[in-house]
Amino acid sequence: MREFTLPSLGAEMDSGKLIEWLIKPGEAVQKGQVVAIVETTKAEIDVEIWFDGVVGELLTVPGETVPVGAVMAKILTPDEAPPARTEGVRQRVSPAARRRAAELGLDLGAIVGTGEQGAVTLADLDAAAAGRPVPQATAAAASAPRPAPAAGTPDDRYASMRQAIAAAMSRSKREIPHYYLAQTISMARAVDWLTAQNAARPITERVLMAAVQLKAVARGLAEVPELNGFFIDGAFRPAPVAQIGLAISLRQGGLIAPTLHDVAAKPLVTVMAELSDLVSRARAGSLRSSEIADATITVTNLGDQGVDSLFGVIIAPQVAIVGFGRLAVRPWVTEAGNVAAVPTVTASLSADHRVSDGHTGARFLNALDDWLQRPEDL
Amino acid sequence: MRMTYREAIRAGLHQGLTTDPRVFLMGEDVGRYGGAYAMSLGFLDEFGPERIRDTPLSELGFVGAGIGAAMGGVRPVVEVMTVNFSLLAIDQIVNTAALYRHMSGGQFNVPVIIRMATGAGRQLGAQHSHSLENWYAHVPGLKVVAPATVADARGMLPAALAEPDPVIIFEHVMLYNDEDEVGDWQCDLTHAAIRRPGTDVSIITYGGCLPKALAAAETLAVAGIDAEVVDLRVLRPLDRQTIADSVRRTHRVVVVDEGWKTGSLAGEVIAGLAEESFYDLDAAPRRVCAAEVPIPYAKHLEDAALPSTAAIVETVRQVCGA
Repeated sequence: MREFTLPSLGAEMDSGKLIEWLIKPGEAVQKGQVVAIVETTKAEIDVEIWFDGVVGELLTVPGETVPVGAVMAKILTPDEAPPARTEGVRQRVSPAARRRAAELGLDLGAIVGTGEQGAVTLADLDAAAAGRPVPQATAAAASAPRPAPAAGTPDDRYASMRQAIAAAMSRSKREIPHYYLAQTISMARAVDWLTAQNAARPITERVLMAAVQLKAVARGLAEVPELNGFFIDGAFRPAPVAQIGLAISLRQGGLIAPTLHDVAAKPLVTVMAELSDLVSRARAGSLRSSEIADATITVTNLGDQGVDSLFGVIIAPQVAIVGFGRLAVRPWVTEAGNVAAVPTVTASLSADHRVSDGHTGARFLNALDDWLQRPEDL
Repeated sequence: MRMTYREAIRAGLHQGLTTDPRVFLMGEDVGRYGGAYAMSLGFLDEFGPERIRDTPLSELGFVGAGIGAAMGGVRPVVEVMTVNFSLLAIDQIVNTAALYRHMSGGQFNVPVIIRMATGAGRQLGAQHSHSLENWYAHVPGLKVVAPATVADARGMLPAALAEPDPVIIFEHVMLYNDEDEVGDWQCDLTHAAIRRPGTDVSIITYGGCLPKALAAAETLAVAGIDAEVVDLRVLRPLDRQTIADSVRRTHRVVVVDEGWKTGSLAGEVIAGLAEESFYDLDAAPRRVCAAEVPIPYAKHLEDAALPSTAAIVETVRQVCGA
């Protein structure tokens, strides 16, 4: 028997509200499987499980808010006897649904409940009888459009996200002595190289400069590991590889910073594919728990808003945030000593002075510049 | 004809006084002052001190006198300023009015009408704001009614005057200024009424909470939930048939009651459904009641302690899984 506990989905998270179980007692689960949807102050997150087993008992009911670390479910290990339906866990069926099922001769055991506390309702029976997937809402409004589900109105969500951002940013500015550096980098080579690369790709597979920049950041961090990791309990704990949190603004307001994993090791096209997937899912509110918790540094890019440069606020316990402004054609003195119109970008670094000094930060920006001058090596 | 709830009650009283010489009105300030809620303004001049009787501040005394008069063959309408003060007279109401037909072997009936204001919302403080309808709805021998519409305010008093046994009428203080078109006001004192038909959930309520329930139903309609609103009207004996029929159609129920939740009429309604309509229920029934505190004086706290339209909407959403 192992316990499935509510994971921390971010440094500021101390509790989460279970929206829905995607598993039921008796069902086998595999490592990495999304088992529940949990609402945090920032978003609804698809929470994964990190071991194989068979669901024993679901202890948290949808709608319930539990603290991080709370046991949400008991999972039987594969070698424990997997009972088809665990003893003592009675399927919840509304009285009306029980009677209807008896009248229709339906097997309740085969029907997944969507009512309160997972109860099988009349709507579930209707859906099962019709052989269609059970709708989120009950039959009460089967014929009518319904606004956002129980999780709260978009306004509520926005307000709570705003509070979470306020808390995180206040804490950061209160606790972290930031220092700031900026460097304007010629993007001539990167632009030429990327244009040539993209010319050979179908439109849907073209790579954006943002992906190139992310890759360069990851490579640069490998050379300057003092900026990649966490400051916890008064000490810096470097991370082995860069897991890059990506600041994504949401259309309804607010922002979220899900993680792109192992960027340094992945081909550019993969980084690009993951980047677009992450952005669209962040905006749709369907991020996975493994994507939300473990960023070791954050990258923020306001270039598409026309901003020249920006200086981010570090997301604790990370120790740095890298910012990119717009890709702008500016007068530039070339290596040959001529002034030319060259695409450039201003990269910035906000870093934790407790962990590193300006000299370290400058080394990182130089490394970043260096990688962007040889994009073919990225 | 368009009239306020207050005018409707007054019209019923006036009709009784005009058409039946046995009818008379008694209570604190009903005469010279015209009634605590101005219900009988001008009556003293019109009907004289014999029939519009100011009483001392002694609920035990004047309610008892009314009961005695009823046993003696006349038709007293006794006004108690608020249900909170009626506790001084509860011995007369429960041990005398409600029991004499039984204890006299059917020889004496007690055709007294006791009108009481009830409920909160006017910042009158804890001792003037409670809803104790359920105390009386508990007692066999009493008929307890609560007009929630202007038409019922007009019709219930004449109907009560036709009853051979004691009737208690609860008038919610927040309804007095409600205004509505009143056509045929004739009504019975036996049935609950469906004030808004719906298919998804039954909101069962009475008295001062009816307007809140109807407002909630309109809000819910926008969200795609079609709520049926049932006005109990008669708190004793409860019209369990209408309640059960409604829940048989909707399969979900929320009961709204300004009384405290513990031991509430709302609890009685749900207990009845659990006994008789269990297999019609598709979701756990819920109650929206007053917070279990003395009703506060401060406006924002008073509002927070009472059932609100927002709370009804939220509770219905939960019950409907929406």
